[in-house]
Amino acid sequence: MGHVVGLRCRECAHMYAAEAIHVCEFCFGPLEVAYDHDAQRRAVTRETIAAGPPNMWRYADLLPVSSESPVDLGTGLTPLTLAGRLAAEIGLGEVWVKDDTRNPTGSFKDRVVGVALTKARELGFNVVACASTGNLANSVAAHAARAGMESFVFVPHDLEAVKLITTAVFGGHLVAVDGSYDDVNRLCAELASEFATWAFVNVNIRPYYAEGSKTLAFEVAEQLGWQLPDHVVVPIASGSQLTQIDKGFRELTELGLVDGDHEVRISGAQAQGCSPVATAFADGADHVRPVKPATIAKSLAIGNPADGWYALEAVRHSGGAIAAVTDEEIIEGIRLLARTEGIFAETAGGVTVATLVKLADAGIVRPDERVVIYITGNGLKTVEALAGAVGPSATIPPTLEAVAELLDRDGMLRAARR
Amino acid sequence: MTVTVRVPTQLRPLTGGAGELEVEALTVREAIDVLERDHPGMRARLLDDQGTLRRFVNLFVADEDVRFLQGLDTGLPADTTLSIIPAVAGG
Repeated sequence: MGHVVGLRCRECAHMYAAEAIHVCEFCFGPLEVAYDHDAQRRAVTRETIAAGPPNMWRYADLLPVSSESPVDLGTGLTPLTLAGRLAAEIGLGEVWVKDDTRNPTGSFKDRVVGVALTKARELGFNVVACASTGNLANSVAAHAARAGMESFVFVPHDLEAVKLITTAVFGGHLVAVDGSYDDVNRLCAELASEFATWAFVNVNIRPYYAEGSKTLAFEVAEQLGWQLPDHVVVPIASGSQLTQIDKGFRELTELGLVDGDHEVRISGAQAQGCSPVATAFADGADHVRPVKPATIAKSLAIGNPADGWYALEAVRHSGGAIAAVTDEEIIEGIRLLARTEGIFAETAGGVTVATLVKLADAGIVRPDERVVIYITGNGLKTVEALAGAVGPSATIPPTLEAVAELLDRDGMLRAARR
Repeated sequence: MTVTVRVPTQLRPLTGGAGELEVEALTVREAIDVLERDHPGMRARLLDDQGTLRRFVNLFVADEDVRFLQGLDTGLPADTTLSIIPAVAGG
């Protein structure tokens, strides 16, 4: 397991030992995990993966950990669902939903946190911490509880109430910060410099943490019978998830695990109230200019996305696009997916669905493509976004007459009786 | 104006290990000049060959990203703090 040779700067390629660092000391570029691909190629086949556990750890050879028993709550191998009714409604052919609402704490963050806490423990840390928009908070607190580690979770004070409760219940330290996510993130960057005994999963452990998102690509390919999809749509917050899905598909091709070697088109989804990467894409810019977020999609409300530049590059290189959608479109996106496929996504999923609709209308996502959309968080976490948008269609007394009257009003009475 | 500069771990080898420095400067650009004078090599870490802020360096004046303000020409009020934060992480 593992096959890590060190950390490599994504900008200047300078190599470092695999420790708890995330920034190149020379050019300040972000570090990423470098692997011995020859060793991986020898160790990993479709059969070794299939013989692994029915969760994300079946890909342990492609992840930066070496523990025999990772910190895990049963994450991954979430359903890949053929979404025929959704596809028909928006005029597409083959659309699949990667349903990561089904992870232990209800979002894809369990993937990155599983890797981060496993690695933190290997590096000798006992305290884990993070800056979070909520999903990561849930996951870090839960995994820390499981691993018997202490946790410090820093969140913006105005998070959805559910995400505060579903973090605090795990018993770690939950600190609400009077500021935006970007303020919290900056605070944590400074804290990581001061408190060297803390493993900040998305600061000093970030190179390892990010790798967990590759399993979103691995699983989709395996679930498609070791085929690559033609086009995927991925939400963009920091841009890490999109960048790692791209990396995951590339690694599968390089390791010879998938049939064919075509490029997967990758498109990105943002909320208009926080769309720095979509704006840079539309403008053809070579720098992602930070913004002040104002959107109901709080889990995507990162105004200064760490991997925005790399996400932009991945999308451009693959021939995809990035679109931004309004809060109204986000709610409609949540309802569309729920109504057609029975999957209840959080606001970020609404962003992804609404972006799929927009890109399909524009002819960018095409009916002849095999499309996968990543639904990365559970709708139960952001129910307040739907307040006023959905609810009971009527309130009646408990009588047969009342129901008959209601059906008659809607023109359904005769059909109901036959 | 005297401002406090907060130096991240990665730059502390240049400052003899100091995490906070006091400098006299009216703008961010002047502060970087002073840092370069007192701690040679600092400018090249913060600015690229064209003299613009490196892609993965973030400067905050009184908790505001200078990219939201006037960039390197952002003014420095007395007793403010200039924080240098490399490669914003998170997400």
